[in-house]
Amino acid sequence: MQTLKEIVDFCKFQSFDLNFTRAKAWKEEKEGRVLVGYMPIYFPREIIHAAGGMAVGVFGGGDIKQIIKGDAYYQSYICHIPRSIMELALDKHMDHFDGFIFPSICDVIRNLSGIFKQKKIGKFVKYMDFPQNFLPQIGGVFYQQEMQHVLKYIKEINGVEVTTEALNHSIDLYNKNRQMIDFIYKIRQDFPWRLSIIDVYHIIRAGTVITVEEHNEILEQVCEHIKNDIGVRQDKIKIVISGAFCEQPAMGLIKAIEDAGCYVVDDDYMLGSRMILGDVDATSTNPLEAISNAYIKQSQYSSSIYDIDNPKEYRLAKIVKDRGANGVIFASASFCDPSLLDAPIFQNAFNKMGIRYIAFQYSENINQYKVIKEQVGAFADSIKLWDDEPVLAL
Amino acid sequence: MAQEAQKERSMILQKEMIDGLFNDLAKAKETGKKVCYTFIPGNLSELIRTFDMLPVYPEINALQSAMRKKSAAYIKEAEKNAHSEDVCTYVKCDVGMMMKGNIGPTGLKIPEPDILLLSYTGCFTFLKWFETLKREYPNAKVIMVHTPYQENAQMTPEMTQYMVKQFKEEVIPQMEAVTGIKYDEEKLKRHLVLAKEAQDLITKIFDTTKHRPSPIDAYFAGVYYIGPINIGFRGTQEAVDYYKELYSEIQERIRLGLGPITPEGEMKEEKYRLVVEGPPNWTSFREFWKIFYDMGAVIVASSYTKVGGVYDMGWRHDSTRPLESLAEYCMNCYTNLSIPQRIDLISKCITEYSADGYVTNSIKSCNSFSAGQLGMMREIEDRLEVPVGFIESDLVDPRYFSYSNIKNRLESYFQMLEQRRIIKETEVV
Ligand code: SF4
Ligand code: SF4
Repeated sequence: MQTLKEIVDFCKFQSFDLNFTRAKAWKEEKEGRVLVGYMPIYFPREIIHAAGGMAVGVFGGGDIKQIIKGDAYYQSYICHIPRSIMELALDKHMDHFDGFIFPSICDVIRNLSGIFKQKKIGKFVKYMDFPQNFLPQIGGVFYQQEMQHVLKYIKEINGVEVTTEALNHSIDLYNKNRQMIDFIYKIRQDFPWRLSIIDVYHIIRAGTVITVEEHNEILEQVCEHIKNDIGVRQDKIKIVISGAFCEQPAMGLIKAIEDAGCYVVDDDYMLGSRMILGDVDATSTNPLEAISNAYIKQSQYSSSIYDIDNPKEYRLAKIVKDRGANGVIFASASFCDPSLLDAPIFQNAFNKMGIRYIAFQYSENINQYKVIKEQVGAFADSIKLWDDEPVLAL
Repeated sequence: MAQEAQKERSMILQKEMIDGLFNDLAKAKETGKKVCYTFIPGNLSELIRTFDMLPVYPEINALQSAMRKKSAAYIKEAEKNAHSEDVCTYVKCDVGMMMKGNIGPTGLKIPEPDILLLSYTGCFTFLKWFETLKREYPNAKVIMVHTPYQENAQMTPEMTQYMVKQFKEEVIPQMEAVTGIKYDEEKLKRHLVLAKEAQDLITKIFDTTKHRPSPIDAYFAGVYYIGPINIGFRGTQEAVDYYKELYSEIQERIRLGLGPITPEGEMKEEKYRLVVEGPPNWTSFREFWKIFYDMGAVIVASSYTKVGGVYDMGWRHDSTRPLESLAEYCMNCYTNLSIPQRIDLISKCITEYSADGYVTNSIKSCNSFSAGQLGMMREIEDRLEVPVGFIESDLVDPRYFSYSNIKNRLESYFQMLEQRRIIKETEVV
């Protein structure tokens, strides 16, 4: 077994290898393998896996990739991630990708799919219209058709017709993957000092750019490590991060929040890898229906999913309660409409429920966060001083 | 320029229609009519009418508030309540107006919604907007209609069926439940026949810009022309009458060789013909327009006038396929088109209306329009070798309308057009 440090270092490297070297090497190992880039938030990677491919997460260039060409495509008042994705594409970081998937999360990602199409980047570009109707016979059927389109594109490339067995096998692998990620969060809920949030982040993000089989092996080892009483407990409050589901904060910022006196016991940084709560049925005779049902019935709340029948403020409040958190930090990418438009909904509700929060905005390429660190520090101090008990009001 | 223009009969008709609607809304609780809030893109006017409901369009209230200089205070109110500076200002203007008593543009109170018909067409903000309103109006029924995006530049049978199923199993039963009125398909069909008539007419109206001089401005005046068809009158005889009248007035202008009417009277010389992408600024609408007509620039086509439906590619409501037709209508609104479709549509306009240039008015707070506009501009410039211009403003937030900035940019742009024209003329000689 590798040491935790070795694992984390490996994952950290993979997470920010913007040339996606490991995915490329995997593809080259065998004829017929395809690579499909997917943008945030969520995509059912199982179906690509079952078709002999690998879904590779494309989460922008962070503060590593300098933006030159991408700025020519996006006005200053549009979030940063589309320009960094354009930069990656135009600088040929993703030339070995066969296709690209743009999940329906916002108008920016939607329109970016059109720019990819217009520029003929990749063999296929699919805007994946996730259903906003949650009846299995309506939205569910539509979602299955959307998945079929993706499979058709892949078949046109590698000739693979997916089977029920292959899909169920892939579903099973991703179920295990989510179970172990879940386990990590469960341990951290009580012992957050065993593994820092930045390490968790790297470990999960690495899973979006390597095979699920390899990632599962890594997760198994991580789970073993954190079962032990490692790390040193510090006097920090527990908080939940919400709103950072697409454009990712710079690594320094993720770290700075914990350094400023907060244990992050839940977050939505890598929401896509944790979107489905619980398992997808891996024994179905219609696996696409099983994936669809899971999405419709077992999704985490998200700013991109219509929530009238299951209001997000109560769902986040429940996470806060279940994790024993002292408060919430709303972290939104600058100009991120879905996140920012949700802010008043959450904040008005939390004012009534008595849940403490602060809010700030960030940009993936900004690694100056002194002000945010101070704000978080003051938040932590105020909670430590005035509020020893976790929030229970619901 | 002449004195302030005389009101044409079509303008009077439109005013009567709108005043009538707001009066009906003010009396809705007395008359027992149900009130349905909905959005312009993907507005199901004919279905709303089939259930005898009165429509409210929050975007229209927002833009009217801006034209009456009230939006700044509404936006401020919303921002005091955790609404970000950087999101769609229509939403904030609407929320602020609600917080300040929901007094509509005509000074009458707008009733609370019985239904929030979330026509989720071409913009994600709609979803967030009604999620926000639902928390303010807990008794209202939210009815979601998910319109699939034309990602592959087509409306497939699967997409249509997805929508038709939503109409049959969700929208119509819920409308029946709220209104107590049984769905009457024959009535819907009658509205669809009238909708098609209005669509034929408005297409002919916007096609008149092929004339030189163009008898209308398809952007600044166009936003008035699309009023009736977009705000709940599509599918009525009133709308058909309005468009007939408007069309005949425009025909008369063509006969007399007249250019467009501006707020300062008739435009005397048409120097530049432009196609514009993006919504206008509403807080300084007249000043904005004036920059163009003072320079002799007329807008011969605009994408904004297609937000409530794209009719110039031949699509029409079809009463023989009522629900399918409603589905296709939604899918075919401008912001529900993919970027390549938008590029093709604008290119077609530039070519067919013999435009000298293409201008993008990029709206700071509208990602649905703005994200991708720079890429579109590059493509159109490369494809048609047409001079492109770019300005930035906002819909209803006066803080983001910089008159001098926009004027300077446009003046440089017009200079470029002038130089091109001189070069062309020299080449011909
Ligand atoms: S950061 Fe927000 S606005 Fe930008 S692409 Fe992601 S979800 Fe859309
Ligand atoms: S973002 Fe644009 S399209 Fe969407 S509601 Fe606002 S103004 Fe309309």
